[in-house]
Amino acid sequence: MNNDTLIPHIGVVTDIRIDTPDVKTFRVVSPEGGKVFEHMPGQCAMLSIPGVGEAMFSITSSPTNKEYMEFSIKKCGCLTNWLHMMDVGQQITIRGPYGNAFPVETELKGKDLLFIAGGIGLAPLRSVINYVRDNRANYGDVQIVYGSRSKQDLVDYDEILNEWMKDDNVDVNLTIDNPQNDWDGHVGFVPNFVKELAPSTNKTVLVCGPPIMIKFTLNALKEIGFTETQVYTTMELRMKCGVGKCGRCNIGNKYVCKDGPVFRYDELGELPDEY
Amino acid sequence: MLKISLEKLDDLFALAAQKQTLYIPADRKDGGAEFTKWENGIKLSNALNTVRSAKDFFFPQTENLVDFKMEGKNIEVIDIREESEDFVIFGVRACDAESFKILDSVYLSDPVDSYYKNRRDHATVVTMACNRPSETCFCSAFGIDATAPDGDAACYSDGKNLFIEAFTDKGKAFVDSVTSLLEEGDTAELEAVQAKTKEILSQLPLANLSTDSFGGDKLNELFNSEKWSELSESCLACGTCTFVCPTCQCYDIKDFNTGHGIKRFRCWDSCMYSDFTKMAHGNPRLTQVERFRQRFMHKLVYYPANNNGKFGCVGCGRCLSKCPISMNIVKVMKALEVK
Repeated sequence: MNNDTLIPHIGVVTDIRIDTPDVKTFRVVSPEGGKVFEHMPGQCAMLSIPGVGEAMFSITSSPTNKEYMEFSIKKCGCLTNWLHMMDVGQQITIRGPYGNAFPVETELKGKDLLFIAGGIGLAPLRSVINYVRDNRANYGDVQIVYGSRSKQDLVDYDEILNEWMKDDNVDVNLTIDNPQNDWDGHVGFVPNFVKELAPSTNKTVLVCGPPIMIKFTLNALKEIGFTETQVYTTMELRMKCGVGKCGRCNIGNKYVCKDGPVFRYDELGELPDEY
Repeated sequence: MLKISLEKLDDLFALAAQKQTLYIPADRKDGGAEFTKWENGIKLSNALNTVRSAKDFFFPQTENLVDFKMEGKNIEVIDIREESEDFVIFGVRACDAESFKILDSVYLSDPVDSYYKNRRDHATVVTMACNRPSETCFCSAFGIDATAPDGDAACYSDGKNLFIEAFTDKGKAFVDSVTSLLEEGDTAELEAVQAKTKEILSQLPLANLSTDSFGGDKLNELFNSEKWSELSESCLACGTCTFVCPTCQCYDIKDFNTGHGIKRFRCWDSCMYSDFTKMAHGNPRLTQVERFRQRFMHKLVYYPANNNGKFGCVGCGRCLSKCPISMNIVKVMKALEVK
């Protein structure tokens, strides 16, 4: 019988990085070494601990990384609690890749890019950011606006400081919600920070974060003069199959697992407001 | 057309069952009919249709997808799939036969669901034309002719004889397997019966149900209708409509620890349930209004939008007769109809 996407592969967790008090990043390879499968930035995978649960996570590593895949996972339920408790060497099950991707080889190519992320919303965008950094000649300006509740809640802070901020041609702008002693950077919410930065309106925007942050960021972008066709986001709804059959992640007639998770804002606007 | 006397049906079942497992609608002790594995003494039910739909054959209520062995930090994936045996489903009505096409469009589209395909490939669907459609029937609203069902082969009764014709290779193989019992028959009386059935169909209370107000192009106006809240008010969220529906195909995946390993199951699920879309960060369908709306929008708008206008309902009427609060797709369609 042919392979079935519902029958998962085995992945081995080879590294666990503590990002924030409730986010860890897990490095996953196949038991033979190397990646379990290839993906494009924005695509997702179903991770599971049999007997505990299975859920969809964005692949936070870039496909330009040829050795492993990474998943930044926030502790917020049964499965994610289990994943946070496990040790290096643990096997998990993995299937995918699922969904479309950010159009890095088509619409985004040659464009000036503005990445806007809030909290764990950086996870799916990190894949694109590192893909763009690794193919830097194919893209114009790269500006990143990233905000979190506090300095401790910034995901991938070390990579941002030691790699992204050291790139000459990547403009990184960080903000936290409230002032704190060891922070001399910007303080304030992401949408207002975007307005203060007043980015050039010829940029293509990729935004991900909590729904409320996305909503106000979109308003801020419109105020500055961006149109909905310039803005991409990535969605998250409950999923079981990952291939548009189990029937629960639809927004109108679109399945987030199959037709998404990446949507351009004008496409999303045509769908019912049920997400 | 080839025929057999209705009195000799048991002989036909016995002969067919020698070749492959045969399922026919038979009466349960409580009166309702259900598809039953034929063996000596099992009689074809006179009921118009089975209580549960025929989808169970291809999309069972629960099925084991895969097993896992957990040892320390290691996991072993055990593929437990086995090739299905060949089987015949005899007596499928036109509505249920049409529902298979809807299930096919979901489960046989890329990536193909191997579990579903395995059973579909090994099944021969022998349909049975309706002679006595009931007042809950509205298949004609969806372009289905209850007197001319689809399938691998179809049967028609004129009250004395059963006529049979094959449409596919699998259907021909079935007819060949019982050909020694068949003889050429005159269809004049059958045609008269069919004409009478068509007359009954045209006079059914739901014969004039219109689908004009529905379809993929009506998404926003129907989604935003103010009537959903009143329509859904008394819905108990029991999910009965989903379970008896031949086209409802949503599922859940759950693991069960047997003590010796983990079994992963696929189970029917219902968009009528509160935890269907519940996530750690919230639920996009917070109240029964949204869940109720989802079920009907899926059949009347979302499915047609993705399938060239074809509706996701076949008018079998099971939800009409089974809903404990007598809410159903017909009431929804009539309430939302733009006159």
